[in-house]
Amino acid sequence: MTAGHAALQSINDFVVKFANVNGSGSASANELFAKSILRMGVPVSPRNIFPSNIQGLPTWYEVRVCEAGWLGRRGGVDLMVAMNPQTWDADLAEIEPGGYLVYDNSKPLPRSKFREDVQVIGIPLTEICNATYSDPRQRQLFKNIMYVGALSALLDIDPAEIERLIGEQYKGKEKLLKPNVEALHLGRDWALRHLACPLGLRVQRADKVGDRIFVEGNAAAALGCVYGGATVCAWYPITPSSSLAEAFQKYCQKYRIAEDGAKKYAILQAEDEIASIGMVVGAGWNGARAFTATSGPGVSLMNEFIGLAYFAEIPVTIIDVQRGGPSTGMPTRTQQSDLLAAAYASHGDTRHVLLLPEDPHECFAFAADALDLADRLQTPVFVMTDLDIGMNQRLCAPFAWDDSRVYDRGKVLSAEDLEAGKEFARYKDIDGDGIPYRTYPGTHPDKGAYFTRGTSRNPQAQYSERGPDYVYNMQRLLLKFDTARDLVPQPVFDRGDVPARHGALFFGSTSPAMAEAVDRLRGDGIAIDIVRVRAYPFPESVRAFIDAHETVFVVEQNRDGQLRLLLIDQFGIDPARLVAVLHYDGTPITARFIADAIAARLGRSGAQQDKVA
Amino acid sequence: MTYLAKPKLHHPTLACNAIGFTRRDYEGKISTLCAGCGHDSISAAIIQACWELDIEPHRVAKLSGIGCSSKTPDYFLGQSHGFNTVHGRMPSVLTGANLANRDLIYLGVSGDGDSASIGIGQFVHAIRRGVNMAYIVENNGVYGLTKGQFSATADQGSVSKKGVANTDSPLDLVTMALQLGATYVGRGFSGDKKQLVPLIKGALSHRGAAFIDVISPCIAFNNHAGSTKSYDYVREHNDAVNFLDVMPQRSEIAVDYADGETLEIAQHDGSLLRLHKLDGAYDPRDRIAAMNLIQQRHARGEVVTGLLYVDPEAPDLHGHLGTVARPLNTLEAADLNPGAVALEKINAALR
Repeated sequence: MTAGHAALQSINDFVVKFANVNGSGSASANELFAKSILRMGVPVSPRNIFPSNIQGLPTWYEVRVCEAGWLGRRGGVDLMVAMNPQTWDADLAEIEPGGYLVYDNSKPLPRSKFREDVQVIGIPLTEICNATYSDPRQRQLFKNIMYVGALSALLDIDPAEIERLIGEQYKGKEKLLKPNVEALHLGRDWALRHLACPLGLRVQRADKVGDRIFVEGNAAAALGCVYGGATVCAWYPITPSSSLAEAFQKYCQKYRIAEDGAKKYAILQAEDEIASIGMVVGAGWNGARAFTATSGPGVSLMNEFIGLAYFAEIPVTIIDVQRGGPSTGMPTRTQQSDLLAAAYASHGDTRHVLLLPEDPHECFAFAADALDLADRLQTPVFVMTDLDIGMNQRLCAPFAWDDSRVYDRGKVLSAEDLEAGKEFARYKDIDGDGIPYRTYPGTHPDKGAYFTRGTSRNPQAQYSERGPDYVYNMQRLLLKFDTARDLVPQPVFDRGDVPARHGALFFGSTSPAMAEAVDRLRGDGIAIDIVRVRAYPFPESVRAFIDAHETVFVVEQNRDGQLRLLLIDQFGIDPARLVAVLHYDGTPITARFIADAIAARLGRSGAQQDKVA
Repeated sequence: MTYLAKPKLHHPTLACNAIGFTRRDYEGKISTLCAGCGHDSISAAIIQACWELDIEPHRVAKLSGIGCSSKTPDYFLGQSHGFNTVHGRMPSVLTGANLANRDLIYLGVSGDGDSASIGIGQFVHAIRRGVNMAYIVENNGVYGLTKGQFSATADQGSVSKKGVANTDSPLDLVTMALQLGATYVGRGFSGDKKQLVPLIKGALSHRGAAFIDVISPCIAFNNHAGSTKSYDYVREHNDAVNFLDVMPQRSEIAVDYADGETLEIAQHDGSLLRLHKLDGAYDPRDRIAAMNLIQQRHARGEVVTGLLYVDPEAPDLHGHLGTVARPLNTLEAADLNPGAVALEKINAALR
């Protein structure tokens, strides 16, 4: 070891980053590492940082260990496991002064390749592997488990927890279990024999995880679709949403098989996103709950159909796992930059309902809610998640379902309703909420049939180019959109102990970083209230929040302040009152970034004033 | 002339079918297409076919894209739900609708612009998947609603009304459908109702992707000398390989055919396709022979019409997917929701 700087010391509060080569089998070993810390009762938040590539390019896995429970990305790295020579220099540069570097020293590296202020820990992983295994594939795969073993010694992780996890993973595949455990101990024993264990960074048993679950948002949203009663899923592969449709398939195979083996669902991988949304529109028109999962480029392609579904009033659920745009953009990086594209999708005057989950728990809940809302409102409903939530395992509240909940199929007239003489005029506002009644095809021999079209029509669904018919319809659609404000998930407010002149507004995956930033700001004496919006259109309570604060920061992960623009548009707010705090380099926003931006804007004097406010 | 309501009076002597409906019960609104349009003849053939098959009108879902042909579902089956979708995308909407409720009869109506140009991708993939539908293309080789531009089915060298010659090679949707695995493929001519009605009946009773290309001259923009989709041209170059009767299961088999000139094919629903063969060598159960014949006759400047291919026992998309017999849109929470106890187990596995 070298030491030009005091080695970092910390218990249950540090960041470990693994630099790997894509396709080298590191993902499962890295996940094992993260989960073993969770099993010790210490919250972790891992993030995959991966290229648009299957094999060969660099990939990283960053794990924040934080007993205090902050799940946002922290920034900076305390311990780097540098397994990729391609990225060595950049990886080394990222380590905090006094931090640690773990690397494979089977081949000697010149002194110039290291930093004086970093603790260097060399482990001859390749050498040990080559001496132990003859199969090249085993040499590679077990190298990963070996470094997990070595880290268990260096960071004081209970190896029994790792063994238990391996046991769960290879349940029923005993042949694989034993060599994995052996590789774990090979690495661990070598570290215990040759290195000073543990380091200044250590994991200590705690009880801060509770009953929370650890799951990816995409899997959670897929499960929400199963619970929400979706029977038709049409999709086209696109990062970062593909694993959502695949998870839906997996859950359906488990929970949606009839006694005779037939499937109570239909999943089609369409030829493109246009066909996916077309299928969802067709299924929704015909009375099945249907959804598609996609990302920004897919939403662009779907625009024409989204306009049709809006205008012809067909229930559609679209889960947009956002990535960096525009165009192909940064396909494997995260952003919240599809807000405007989704809210106003398609030509002409349109507005769409957006649900904005913060984590996998809400991905599950909102996916099921979206299916209800789409039926209730007879319109497209977007669930706007992102890569950060969708493709990373996140600690969150367990999924919940009330068995007494019934699906809200909205205003649908049955054959009995029609027989009883209930009025049917497809596009007429009977109840004053802008939502008309519909019938499913095939309902009744001579009542309730109508022609669905994307052209203008009168309330009886007959083609019409008359101005008054058109305006009646467009105004009714606007009223329907207003109705949505009270039906969507309501905002979550967090007001400080003291009255605050400043407020901050945010949504989605910004949530964990925001919570931590606000804690820090309040600790520094800056009083600030926050509100997390969970849907568009915004309820009136959001306007009241803005009105009640002198300055409102709108924190989001895109270049143009898209949430801010939606707020200005809906409420007609003076833009000067909404201060944009924007992070959009493709990495998840951090508490440091938010707190620094807000503190800088308020300035020391502002902060002082707020202390006494 | 949609402002003109169609009179609802029925002549008391109008014939009823087995379920008590007259032909009038299968009609829709008054057509707004040009007088003499081939498409209106096709609508009339659809009406006739549904009436003869004793189909309950409300059990048909009729879907279309955009264009003259796609307007026609408003002009037949007024008691059916209809869906005029977006340009070239009817196949995906029909596919989704079919997934939602496998019990309805799906009739897709499209044109050559709608299916062969903007919608060629969706046409291809819906056929590939074996969606249970009758897909009719009303093919006039021209964009009528935008006043006479060539479509992708216009023959190379054919001349537009403005005198411009088409230099692009044509697409033949029948050849493509055969290659893509359609299990019922026919070609008709809007001016030949005797051949067309049974072709549509066969398609409606077929399980799987049934495709019919109907040459339908555009009297406004593609019925002049130099056009290869005009009434005169098609009548002169039409080469019918067979004439078809469709016998529903319950009908007695008629005996008005000569031995050696007919071929009977039983479909999955028990209905019989009886082919009156004009060409003794032609067997519509041979996909490769069908493709060869079309190419050979095309080289001679002829358009082959009739039932070109049928696989009477073909599986459809639901068969491929293994979906339940009950329509998916009738499944309730009790059928679909794994419940809170299962969810607690899922939660436990995620800790």
